Amino acid sequence: MKDTTNSEAKKLVLAERLAVLKKNKAFVVGASILGFWIFCSIFSKFMVRFDQDTMDFESINTPPSLKYWFGTDSTGRDVYSRVIIGARIIMVISFIATALGAFVGASLGLIAGYLKGKFDMVLMRILEAISAIPVIIIALLAVAAIGRSSTVITVLIIGFIFTPNVARTVRAAVLGESELEYVAAAKLRTEKTAHILFREILPNVLPTLIVEFTVRLGYAIFAVATLSFLGVGLEAGSPDWGTQVADTWDKIFTNIWWPTLFPAVAIASVAVSINLISDALLEVFEL
Amino acid sequence: MLRFIAKRIGLSLVTLFIVSMIVFIMMSIMPGDLAKQTLGRDASPEAYEIWNKEKGLDKPLVVQYGVWIGGVMTGDLGMSFQYEQPVSEILGPAASKSAQLAIVALILIAPISILGGVIAAMNRGKRVDRVLTVGGLSAAVIPEFVWSVVLILVFGVAIRVFPVSAFPDDENPNIINSIYHLLLPSIALLFVLFGYISRITRAGVIEALDSDYMRTAVLKGLSRKTAVFRHVLRNALLPTIAVIATQVPYLAGGLIAIERVFNYPGFGNILMDAVVARDFSLLQTAVFLVGLVIICFQLIADVLFAVLNPRIRQRVTE
Repeated sequence: MKDTTNSEAKKLVLAERLAVLKKNKAFVVGASILGFWIFCSIFSKFMVRFDQDTMDFESINTPPSLKYWFGTDSTGRDVYSRVIIGARIIMVISFIATALGAFVGASLGLIAGYLKGKFDMVLMRILEAISAIPVIIIALLAVAAIGRSSTVITVLIIGFIFTPNVARTVRAAVLGESELEYVAAAKLRTEKTAHILFREILPNVLPTLIVEFTVRLGYAIFAVATLSFLGVGLEAGSPDWGTQVADTWDKIFTNIWWPTLFPAVAIASVAVSINLISDALLEVFEL
Repeated sequence: MLRFIAKRIGLSLVTLFIVSMIVFIMMSIMPGDLAKQTLGRDASPEAYEIWNKEKGLDKPLVVQYGVWIGGVMTGDLGMSFQYEQPVSEILGPAASKSAQLAIVALILIAPISILGGVIAAMNRGKRVDRVLTVGGLSAAVIPEFVWSVVLILVFGVAIRVFPVSAFPDDENPNIINSIYHLLLPSIALLFVLFGYISRITRAGVIEALDSDYMRTAVLKGLSRKTAVFRHVLRNALLPTIAVIATQVPYLAGGLIAIERVFNYPGFGNILMDAVVARDFSLLQTAVFLVGLVIICFQLIADVLFAVLNPRIRQRVTE
């Protein structure tokens, strides 16, 4: 009986917070931009005007026009179509990498924060060491070691690098929670540790985890774009935004700005939109 | 306090050790035969053996790690596979180039960001505050290479006020000219770091504004502005410096992309070249040194925070 009123109260609080979010201007702007790019990554097939890889040598480096909305690059490919197609790549990769980091990080953080003691100490040392090396440099090391860049490696590296941050945030939240009565009550009921961690504590630190996830997602976009710009992120020739900028930016000195500027602005808009969302979530959830 | 610093240094050494292990393991598990790759497929098996022996690659991994880390500790960074030159001779000049860029950037970034934070704090809740805070953090999530390319496009190509390369062409550039060439890449870094630094300054100033001594200063007849610059900044500045120290990892990672775009012969460019050439001896030491620098700055930041906040000191020594 008590349980149902409790969950109803929680639903009310959630509804209230969502209402506040809808009034938050930054959130609405961020969600609209991100929504647009998600729409593009799902329906890109219907939105492109040309095949993104077809080279039209008759019209090389043509400026934006009614036929080529964003112009064409130095091999005559339609920049607009490439930007639209590129949305899916960066979104999917960033999302999977962040989800991986969030899953592993949250599990480690839950365990470390609950068990404390030696396990916690050793884990925190290792995580600190990992975060002492910048993401980009770890990725460079891995690419050098493996000898080529690949999407799977990039996802694994970014997930690996995000693990410490997520683990630390979740651990801090768990440290606060594990002092509370409902944990002690669960212990008295002799619940299994896994049950206490994932069924009792996890739902209560979920807002923290969600905000951390969106913050990390923003960094993942940052990292994926930078790595592919440096030529160590994705397979060569991929139509993702970072690679597009890398392949075209040396032409900006001759004033051919469109093949570079449009994907660059696309990267910026996604990164900023996610930042606006996570900022608003932080404010509304009062973390 | 001394006990705290000693303990903190101890922790840093442990972290450094783990970093060296991570780097070494990553460099040792790579598939493919290094000798075959360097000497070509046609060399004789004896030649591979001699090459491996020369580089010490025939020994067990534990010994290899010992030789490497022992060398780094005593200042012997080993030989680069790619350049056939001592690693220190390659990394030294590159590191000094990167340091020059970082210093010019920080001289530009620190005052602007601190000023931004103070302005935001003094207009707390108003439009100026929102714009500076939300705008600053939004700018920070846009990758450095995007900023660099856009800045070159605007200030190097459209209106030609800045050079598009970070390095002067002359043989002996004077210092003014060198700094002038470093300004555009520094502005790119400014966009990425402004948000973080000004946010901390803002928080510090707001805390100080609400304090008792501020009320005393205002009651004493000082104008709000004078009071802020005489009393508040002094208290808000130290956490800001500590945050700048913690931003060094971002700086180290971000410099790679910026040096690439601005064609600047710094540490990041050397690192990229070493990746392409798979120069493991150079790469391993260079990355370890990056880790070392970052850990040192984190140590400085932590000690600064502890000086400021006795509660942190207690928590660590307990």
